[in-house]
Amino acid sequence: MTKLNRKQIAWRVAQDIPEGAYVNLGIGAPEMVANYLPEDREVIIHSENGLLGMGPTPPIGEENPDLINAGKKPVTLVDGASIFHHTDSFAMIRGGHLDICVLGAFQVSESGDLANWATLDNARPPGVGGAMDLAVGAKEIFIITDHCTRDGQPKLLAQCTYPLTGNGVVTRVYTDYALIEIKDNSFLVREIIDGTSLDELQKITGAKLVVENDCSILNTPDL
Amino acid sequence: MIDKRVYDFDTALDGMVDGASIMSAGFGAAGAPQELLEAVLDQGYRDLVIISNNAGEGERGLIKLLKERRIAKVICSFPTSSNSEITKELYSAGLLELEVVPQGTLSERMRSGGAGIGGFYTRTSVDTPLDEGKELREFNGEKFVLESPLTADFALIKAREADRWGNLTYNLSARGFGPTMAMAAKTTVVQVDRFVDLGDIEPEHVITPGIYVNRVMEVKSR
Repeated sequence: MTKLNRKQIAWRVAQDIPEGAYVNLGIGAPEMVANYLPEDREVIIHSENGLLGMGPTPPIGEENPDLINAGKKPVTLVDGASIFHHTDSFAMIRGGHLDICVLGAFQVSESGDLANWATLDNARPPGVGGAMDLAVGAKEIFIITDHCTRDGQPKLLAQCTYPLTGNGVVTRVYTDYALIEIKDNSFLVREIIDGTSLDELQKITGAKLVVENDCSILNTPDL
Repeated sequence: MIDKRVYDFDTALDGMVDGASIMSAGFGAAGAPQELLEAVLDQGYRDLVIISNNAGEGERGLIKLLKERRIAKVICSFPTSSNSEITKELYSAGLLELEVVPQGTLSERMRSGGAGIGGFYTRTSVDTPLDEGKELREFNGEKFVLESPLTADFALIKAREADRWGNLTYNLSARGFGPTMAMAAKTTVVQVDRFVDLGDIEPEHVITPGIYVNRVMEVKSR
């Protein structure tokens, strides 16, 4: 089996979001998780710019420029939604009221450190947005990322080399090869895609992988 | 009779000076007070310090002020936008000072400024480059960083409705930083879609009480 695409990784994350969860979805691939939440599950989506109960993208022609998400794209509200100002939104975030936040990453360390806001390139102005608040505030941080960079370097490392967003905050990493939990300062492999061995996964990971009992196959539909 | 309604930009921006600090509401273009910002541009003010989540978006407001080199410094959480290169160009040429602040810290610093709080400790940015030079302190075994309040000479805000006392309602996610900035500035100026009569906004539905607002102006947004 070939490695997962972004939709399939988002689908796999969505299966792990429990009924009744308050969830923040970061900009980019994490936003796609909303498309794959099982229909019988009621999940309330938070957007950092002051929305709870965010709904899907509106049909073309029905966009409202005053109703956008953190990525500044048009969205809708579901019945039961609420609107609040930024300071309340971040009190919600920092105060530990969100169950799960799904974010992207440049690097994740085996102790759960997250680097996702700045590289070592100083030419671009750095921008952090709400990432640091979300990293420390949500009860669980799930990461969606490719296992390696475009030029094949591992993104799961013993220690991050890029500036940190948060220290010891990540609880799970969903990659195009595996589902990995951060446990006792180690990468604990829970699931691997069919056709990839643990040895092969270890070769593309920058820290030691650990397995408890056995890991299962990471299955997703074709998307 | 209290009447905070004004009818032209000169009166709305009375007291603005070169070098003023301005909180500019909005998240991207939603809630951005584009017409007030463009009046600041038209009136020629320069060396401005802008406090805003983004350093502009698209073609209007802050982006115009940046292009005309009226802004000396931006305090924000996310300076760049997908549809403008001007912030990047000015920054890499050394022509723009940037202070990057995590979004929740930015918002809470303004709330503190408006609420008379001398500073606050947050876990946000601990062990990252953004905690450098700041006091760290442990509470219940967790590390926190000390952050300082933020105030400004002006807050420029966009809201939906205002009455003559300056009570405000907003429109959806255009609420954003408006209510917090209104508290934190010496002079708060609000452009609104429409004036309503005193009493038309249900007390339960007032989002920003008029005590925080100095001037309101009806502006037909383009």
